[in-house]
Amino acid sequence: MIKSLIYSITFHSVMILLTILSLPFMLREPIDLPPIVSVELIQITNKTNIPFAPKARKIIEETKKKEERLVSEQAPPSAKAKEKPDRIPLPNEKKEEKKIVKKKQNPEEVKPEIRQSSEFEKKEIVDTNQIAALIDKAKEQAASKQKEKDKITQSSKKNSFASGLTLSQEDALRAQIFGCWSVPLGLPYDEDLLVRIKLSLKKDGTITKSEILDHQRMNRPGQKFYKVLAESALRAVRLCQPLKVPPTGYDKWKEIQLNFNPTEMLKG
Amino acid sequence: MKKLILIIICNIFLINESFALIEVDITRGNLDPLPIAVSPLHVDIKSENYKDLKIKDLGINISEIINNNFRATGLFNPLKKEAFVQKPDIAHLKPRFEDWRLIKAQALVTGKILIKDEKLKIEFRLWDLAAGKEMTALAFTTTPSNWRRVAHIISDKIYERLTGEEGYFDTRIIYVAESGPKSQRVKKLAIMDQDGAKTKYLTLGNELVLTPRFNPTNQMVTYMSYFRNMPRVYLLDIETGTQEVVGNFPGMTFAPRFSPDGKKIVMSFAKDGNSDIFTMDLDTRVVERITDHSSIDTSPSFSPDGKFIAFNSDRSGLQQIYVMRSDGSGVKRITFGNGIYGTPVWSPRGDLIAFTKMRKGKFYIGVMRTDGSGERLLTENFYQEAPSWSPNGRVIVFYRETKAGLKGEGFTAKLWSIDITGYNERQLKTETDASDPSWSSLLSK
Repeated sequence: MIKSLIYSITFHSVMILLTILSLPFMLREPIDLPPIVSVELIQITNKTNIPFAPKARKIIEETKKKEERLVSEQAPPSAKAKEKPDRIPLPNEKKEEKKIVKKKQNPEEVKPEIRQSSEFEKKEIVDTNQIAALIDKAKEQAASKQKEKDKITQSSKKNSFASGLTLSQEDALRAQIFGCWSVPLGLPYDEDLLVRIKLSLKKDGTITKSEILDHQRMNRPGQKFYKVLAESALRAVRLCQPLKVPPTGYDKWKEIQLNFNPTEMLKG
Repeated sequence: MKKLILIIICNIFLINESFALIEVDITRGNLDPLPIAVSPLHVDIKSENYKDLKIKDLGINISEIINNNFRATGLFNPLKKEAFVQKPDIAHLKPRFEDWRLIKAQALVTGKILIKDEKLKIEFRLWDLAAGKEMTALAFTTTPSNWRRVAHIISDKIYERLTGEEGYFDTRIIYVAESGPKSQRVKKLAIMDQDGAKTKYLTLGNELVLTPRFNPTNQMVTYMSYFRNMPRVYLLDIETGTQEVVGNFPGMTFAPRFSPDGKKIVMSFAKDGNSDIFTMDLDTRVVERITDHSSIDTSPSFSPDGKFIAFNSDRSGLQQIYVMRSDGSGVKRITFGNGIYGTPVWSPRGDLIAFTKMRKGKFYIGVMRTDGSGERLLTENFYQEAPSWSPNGRVIVFYRETKAGLKGEGFTAKLWSIDITGYNERQLKTETDASDPSWSSLLSK
């Protein structure tokens, strides 16, 4: 009797401990990481595929020389600037470049499951100058996008990069559905009308299953507006398919949830 | 035991994984009207002739009325039937959804008609083309001469199913039909369907008629008329045509209007040289004073729950809108903007008050919340007033006077409607000039 009691207590303690350690809502607030900036890299070769006409080649070479002269006249190039923009880095320089990128984007440590470095790793040849330029540009874009998104959703707790889609992928998907969703204009603006739809997707973005998460509400009395909104949302996703989904990471987005909220639109 | 713990741990991690569902917020969509295809209703070959009714055209006529109703809302875009991919005889079949989707339709209406034993039977189905399913299906039986009303009722049912709010097509508008020069204006009481069809004149035009108002619960109308230069308030039953005098009132009587239960009328008239608000019980004919102020109080309008009355008064200097309890207590001014405010009308939904505003020589029709906040001016013109709500509180009808001739000679008065969003301003077709409109409740309610 006592033996089984001890077993029971031990087992239950282990269970409670495991639950506390593993369930996400028991965890502390996650560290607020800055958004990851997705950077698209263009592979640069030392020769262009299109051959220049003999006359054009001469003109280009002359222009290049002129430009070089101009640079040297205006400001003496620093040691870093001496590198040619189209210089091909050697394979052993790759690790160093990765470090630079990581440092610039995320000063804090990034969890491996949410780090979007796969695209960098795939590239064998990378130009640091271009990356720096792109990062600066992308940072600005990301900041403005983030601002816009915060304005729209007002849900600061949601992390787009935790979702498995990059910001641009998420924006592309959102923009696609914006176009398909005919918002029922007769809806009242002062009611809580949020429709959550869970979609199961194929790799090509077609929908295999769509489910309204609060579908019981549709048939409740006095919920006509909710029903109308839910139906319009379902219509939108069906009309939109195949959805614009990323080519990779199917496991992460094979199921997605779309939250349709027309309140801001209806308020005008 | 070890295996069990291992399984539990694995399960917990799987639960953890399932929480990471991607969420995307969709807060915007397109505001284009919903594309809808209304297929002409199929006329059953077993149908018998009925008086002068052209049975062959009936299906097309009904679908045209539905189309016009939808187009007038501004919320739907009825597609041209030339683009339709299936013939009307699909009424008893499932439509080919993929084909209809090709013409960008999102909803489809099909139906059929049968006239037998002097009875008209109309069936219709509404299809969600994206989902490929039926949304609603109803059948109506009536006398064949009622076919136009059935078209409106079908429109209401479809509108309600697609927007969630009640329709307003099976309704009528009563107004003052005007003709003749301004100095010798003939004013008759007229009534028509909300789409401008079936106009009927209710008075001969011998006496001046003013401010007709529908009872919100039935098809009774109250209006004012001058008999031997004395204002009289009348009650008129539209269905039976019977008319009765509610009472003779002193000069300067204005705008009688029903209470929401239809048992009282509220109006303003001058007693001892000063206009105040009064109610009259229609059963007992007892008149009760509601306001008692040295200023001019006019244009009272009940809230739909009957607890409050909105009215305009010049007690603060300029004419402004006030709200009080229906017993006259708790008077509160709700408009503080620049200009003169008048003719407040409480929305049937109870959330807004429509009004006329006059400022710098221009007239505006607007809406605001019942506490005066959120004022929105919907339309601006040189002269327009008398807003009246559609029974679902989405559309406002009013009248506007404009210069008739190119050189500005003469004037014309017409009825106009506008959505509470400020879009979709349209002129209503009337046979003559028209003013003072009042929108009825749903006839089929």
